[in-house]
Amino acid sequence: MVSPPQKSRWPHKHLLGLEELSAADIRFLLQTARGLEDVSTRSVKKVPALRGRVVVNLFFEDSTRTRSSFSLAASRLSADVLDISGQGSSVSKGETLRDTARNIEAMGVDVVICRHHLSGAAHQLARGVQCSVINAGDGQHEHPTQGLLDLYTIARRCGRDDYNLSGLTVAIVGDIEHSRVARSNIHGLLKLGAGVVLVAPPTLLPRTFADMGCELSNDLDSVLPRVDVVYMLRVQFERIANQAFPSIREYAAVYGLTTRRMTMAKPDVVVMHPGPLNRGLEIDSAVADGPNSAILAQVTHGLAVRMATLFLVCSVDGKRRSE
Amino acid sequence: MTHVRVLAGDRDVASLISDLAAAIRNDMESFSDGGPWALVGIRSRGDVLARRLADTLRPDHVGTLDITLYRDDLSEIGPQAIVRTTEIPFGIDGLNIVLVDDVLMSGRSVRAALQSLMDMGRPKRVWLAVLVDRGGRELPIAPDHVGIVLSRDIDGGLTGGELVNVMLRPTDAEDAIVVARYAPAADHAGTVAPGDDSG
Repeated sequence: MVSPPQKSRWPHKHLLGLEELSAADIRFLLQTARGLEDVSTRSVKKVPALRGRVVVNLFFEDSTRTRSSFSLAASRLSADVLDISGQGSSVSKGETLRDTARNIEAMGVDVVICRHHLSGAAHQLARGVQCSVINAGDGQHEHPTQGLLDLYTIARRCGRDDYNLSGLTVAIVGDIEHSRVARSNIHGLLKLGAGVVLVAPPTLLPRTFADMGCELSNDLDSVLPRVDVVYMLRVQFERIANQAFPSIREYAAVYGLTTRRMTMAKPDVVVMHPGPLNRGLEIDSAVADGPNSAILAQVTHGLAVRMATLFLVCSVDGKRRSE
Repeated sequence: MTHVRVLAGDRDVASLISDLAAAIRNDMESFSDGGPWALVGIRSRGDVLARRLADTLRPDHVGTLDITLYRDDLSEIGPQAIVRTTEIPFGIDGLNIVLVDDVLMSGRSVRAALQSLMDMGRPKRVWLAVLVDRGGRELPIAPDHVGIVLSRDIDGGLTGGELVNVMLRPTDAEDAIVVARYAPAADHAGTVAPGDDSG
C-alpha cells in the first residue's frame, strides 16, 4: 500500500559507454530525457536543477554539434560551462590527460565531458579523478550520448513509449570498423531488444561483430526492404588509413542511400545519420531532407538526452557528497 | 517495518473532494473575471486530484506539473529524483490557475511549482487547493482551499517522521488518506516514497 524507500534508480557516476549500462539504466535515462524535452519548447528555456554546478567540455578532437549540444544542455539546467580544447592548451605542451583533468578538477568541477582520439581515454580519466566523467567519443570505441539519442529518436518515431524496441530491425550502413557511433548503437539496440543488421563492404566490416549478435551483410539492396530503420554512417575520410574501397563513386553507388534505393524500403522507414552529412556520398540530399528523415530530430533529441545524462550523473555525485 | 493507519476511507475522500470542488467553484464564480481558468496538478497525486476535480468543475484547461527540476533538495534526494513530463499544452499568460496538490507540508513543492509556472508565462492569479494540510510549513505559503487539516494535537498526534499518503483512483486501487510510520531501521524515511508529503 505504501511504497518503502526505493533503491537507487541511476547508479552510475560516469557515463563511459552503453556497454556498461543495463537495459533498465538506458530506459530510465530515456524516460528522464522525455521529461526534459519540453524545457526547450517553453518561453524560459531553463530550469534550476544544476544551479551552482560546473561542467567542463574537455575536447581533444574537433566537434561542433556534440560540444555545443552539451554546452546548451548544461546551460538549460543552469550549470556553469567551461570550454577547453586540446589545441592551444597545456595539452600541446606535453601534459598528460590525467594531469590536465586533475588540474581542471582542482578548480571545483563537477562533470568533465571528454572527447579524445584514443579509445579508452574517458575510462582512463574516470579512474584518475573524483568528479563525474561523460564520454563524448573516445577513438573508435564508443560515443554513448549519440547512441542514446539515436535510441530515443527510434523509440519516439516508432511510438515505443516504453523504450522497448523488440520487433524492430535496424540496419547500420557504412564504415562499421572505425565507427564509435556504430558500437554504441549496437550495444544499445541489442539491449533494448531490436535486431541489428550491419551493412558494409567486407573491408569495413570485421566478422567479430557477428559475435555480439548482429547480422552481417555486404548487400544493402537485399537488406533495405525488411528494415524499420536505416542508419547511415558518415564515411570518415580522416579515420580510413588505407583504401578500404576502390573509389568514392563506387561506394556511393553500392552503399549510398539514394532516392532510387529508397523506393525499395518500407514506406515508413526511418532514415538516420549522426552528421555531419556527406551529401551525395552516403546519402542523397533528397533522402536526407525527405519525409522519412529523422536527422534533425536526432539533433533536437540530443539536447534532451544530454540534459538527462548531466542531470543523472550529477544526482549520483550529490548523493555521494551528502553522505 | 511499516505501521499504517487509515485516516479517511473511500467515502470520506469522495466527500472531501466534492467539498473542495464546491469551494473552488464558488471562488471561480465570485473572484475570477469570468475569463478562462485552469486546474494544474502537481505530480504525482496532485495531478490525479486535479483530474478528479475537473470531472465536476469543467475548467477550460487541465494541466500537470512535474517539479523535480525545481526542487531545492535535489542533492539530498539524489538518485531517487525521477523526472517526468510537464503537460501544460496551453498558454498560461493572463490565465486564472488553481494549483492542486494532495498533501501540503513544508510548502517547498508549492514554491517549486510557482517558479515552474512563472517560467512558462505570467498567470493572472494563482490559487492553491490541497486535499490534506498536515502543517509543518517552512515557507510563508498558505492554501486557499483545504480538504482536511491535520494537526499534532489531533488524530493521535502526527509527528515529523510520519508520512501522510494520499491514494486516489484511477492511479491507485482505492481512495484513502493514510498515515505511515517507518521503523527506525528504514533509511531516509519520509523523503522518497512516490506520492509522499515531502512538500
